[in-house]
Amino acid sequence: MTGLFSEVFLSALLFGAVTAAIPLLLAGLGEQMSEKAGVLNIGIEGMMLAGAYLGFVGAFYSGSLWLGFLTGAAGGVAVALIMALLCVRIGLNQIVIGIALTLGLEGLTALLHHFQFSRSYPRLPAADATVIPLLSDIPVVGPAFFKHHLIVYLAVALVFGMGYLYRRTQLGLNLQAAGDKPAALDVAGIDVIRTRTIAVLTTGALAGLGGAFLANVGAGLFIPFITNGAGFLGIVLAMLARGRPVWVLFGALLFGVCLSLTTAMQVAGINIPTDVIQMLPFLAVMIMLVLFGRRASLPAALGIPYERGAR
Amino acid sequence: MSIDTAPTTSAAALDATSAAATRRDILHRLLMTLGPILIALVIAGCILLAVGVDPLAYYGFVLEKGLFSPLGIQQTLTRMAPLLFLAAGLIVAFRAGMWNLGGDGQFLLGAVTAAASAPVLVQIMPSWLALTFSFLIAMAVAMIWSLVPALLRAYQGVNEIITTLMMTFLGTSLANVLVKLVFRDPSTTVPQTRTLPVEDRLPRLFETTITSGLLLGLAAIIIVHLVMTRTAFGLKLRIVGANPRAAVHAGLGVSGLTVTVFAISAGLAGLAGAVDIIGVQGNVRADWNPAYGLAVIPAVFLARMNGFAAIGFVFLLSVLSIGGESAARRLGVPNHFTLVLVSIVLIVLALAEYVDHRYNQSRKA
Repeated sequence: MTGLFSEVFLSALLFGAVTAAIPLLLAGLGEQMSEKAGVLNIGIEGMMLAGAYLGFVGAFYSGSLWLGFLTGAAGGVAVALIMALLCVRIGLNQIVIGIALTLGLEGLTALLHHFQFSRSYPRLPAADATVIPLLSDIPVVGPAFFKHHLIVYLAVALVFGMGYLYRRTQLGLNLQAAGDKPAALDVAGIDVIRTRTIAVLTTGALAGLGGAFLANVGAGLFIPFITNGAGFLGIVLAMLARGRPVWVLFGALLFGVCLSLTTAMQVAGINIPTDVIQMLPFLAVMIMLVLFGRRASLPAALGIPYERGAR
Repeated sequence: MSIDTAPTTSAAALDATSAAATRRDILHRLLMTLGPILIALVIAGCILLAVGVDPLAYYGFVLEKGLFSPLGIQQTLTRMAPLLFLAAGLIVAFRAGMWNLGGDGQFLLGAVTAAASAPVLVQIMPSWLALTFSFLIAMAVAMIWSLVPALLRAYQGVNEIITTLMMTFLGTSLANVLVKLVFRDPSTTVPQTRTLPVEDRLPRLFETTITSGLLLGLAAIIIVHLVMTRTAFGLKLRIVGANPRAAVHAGLGVSGLTVTVFAISAGLAGLAGAVDIIGVQGNVRADWNPAYGLAVIPAVFLARMNGFAAIGFVFLLSVLSIGGESAARRLGVPNHFTLVLVSIVLIVLALAEYVDHRYNQSRKA
C-alpha cells in the first residue's frame, strides 16, 4: 500500500481535515450561541469574511498571527454590532438583515482586496505549529492532530468551555431562556435585549476568528469570497447539533475530512470532479436526516424579535 | 336647510378626503421607497470616495447603462426574467411560512436540465414544442429536488432552513457534476453543455434584444400574487403560514399543503433557471452560479411578499446589477461594488420601514 494510502498521505489528509474543520467549528459554535438566544444569524458568512479580511490585514502588516486573530475577531464583532443593533435592539427582520450583511461584506471585502492586494496577492508565512510532546510521536495520528497552531487546541477546548457555559452557568441558562421563552426571562428581571446582544456579539467574535483562521492559517492569503459558504455550513452544523457543542465538533470534523479529501484527490491526480466529494458530507447528513429525522429541537422563539409587552 | 345639505356635503367631503388619502398614500409609499434609496446611494457614494472613485460619475454611468441607454434598459429587462420567476417562487413559500432558502440549487438544476434537454429536443420536434417540454422538465426536476426537504418538514418536522440550505449546496455541486460528466458538449474544450442555437431560443420581443421570458416572468409573478390573495387555495396557504396549528384545527391537510408549497416554489425556481438558459445564455458552463436567489430573498421580504411591489424591487435589482457590470468594465470599480450597493439599499429600506411604522404608531397613540 504505497502512494495513496501511505502513512504520510493519511496523516496529511487528517491534518488538512483538522485545518479545514476549525473555521467551521468556530462558525458553528458561534451560530449555536445566537440560535440558543433566539437569533437566527444568517449574516455569519459576512462576519467570517470581515474576520478573514481584517485578520489577514492585521497579520500581514503586523507580522503577528495572534494580532491577526485579534483584528479578525474584532472585524466579526463590528459586523455583529450592526446585526445586534438592527435585529435585536430594534427588531428588524433577521433574514433580510442577515442576507444583506452577507452580500455587503462579500462585496466590500472583495472591493478592498481589489484595490489593496489584487496586484501582488501577498502571502503569509506558514503558521508555526505548537508540537505537543509525546502525543505527536504517535504514528499517523501524531502529526495529524498534535502539530497544529496553538489556536487549534484552544478552539477544541472552547467546545468544552461552551458546554460548561450552557449547562452550569447563569449566563448559559439566560441564553437558553432568551431563545425559548424571552418573556419569562424578562419577568425574571433579566434584560432579554442585553442577553441576545451578548450572544450575537460573541457569534461575531467567533465567526471573525474562524474567518481569520481560514485566511491566515488555512490559506495563508486573502482572496475574495474565501469563505465560500463556510458560514452557511456553520448554520447547518449549529442546527444539526441541537444545542450541544460537542456535536458541532463532530460535524465540523466530518465536513473537514471531506474538504481535505477534495484537496488530496486533486494532489493525487484522481480524475473525478471535486464536486462529487464536496457533495459527500451533505449527502451523509441528508441521509441521516431521512433515516433518523426527528423534530429538530430549535428554540421556540428563534427568529422572532423580542418586544416587551407585545403579544 | 343645513339638515338637508349636511349628508351630501359630508359625503362629498369624505369622497374628496378618501381620494386625497389614497393619493397621499401612494405619494407616501413612493417617498418611503425613493428616499431610502437616495440615502443608500449617498452612503455607498462615501465608500466610492474612500477608494478614490467619483461617485457621481459612477452613478451616472450605472443609470445610463442600466436604465437610460436603449441597450442597457433592454439588458435590464432581460435580466428581470429569471429574477421574477425566483421572486414568484419565494412569495408562495414565504406567504405559507416556509423558508425555502434553496432557490439557488433549484435554479441551477432547472438550468442544467433545460440546457441538456433543449438542444436535443429541438432536433426532433418543432422548437416551440421543444422549449415547452424543456421548461416542463426543468420544472419537474426542481420539484423533485424539493421533495426531500418538503417531506422531511411535512412528516418529520425537520426544519426546512437547514435542509434547503444543504440541498442548495448539494444541488450546486450536482449541477456541476452533471455539466462536467454527463451533459458535457464533446466538441468544446471548456466543460459546458451543448449550446442551444440562437434561432431556437425564446423569441426576442419586437425589434429589441429583450427576451420574451420577461413576459413569462411577469405573468408568473402576477398569477402567483392573484392566487395567493384572491383564491381559496391562497387563503389556505396563508393560514398555514400564519398559524400551522390553527390550520390543522381548521381541517386543512397541512402536510399535503406543505409538499405542494415546496413543489410550486421549487418549480418556479427551476423555471427561472430554464428561462435564463433558453432565453439568454443558451448553455450552462461549469461552475456557473449567478446566485440570484440570495439577492431576491430580501427583496421579496421588503416587498412584503406583494407581487407587484416585488416587480418593482426586481427591476431595481436588475438596474443596479446591469449598470454595475458596465461600470465595472469602464471605471475600474470591480463588479463587487454592486453587492455593497444592494446591501446598503436593503438595510436602509428595512430601517426606513421601521421608522415609518414607529411614526405611525406614535401618531395613533
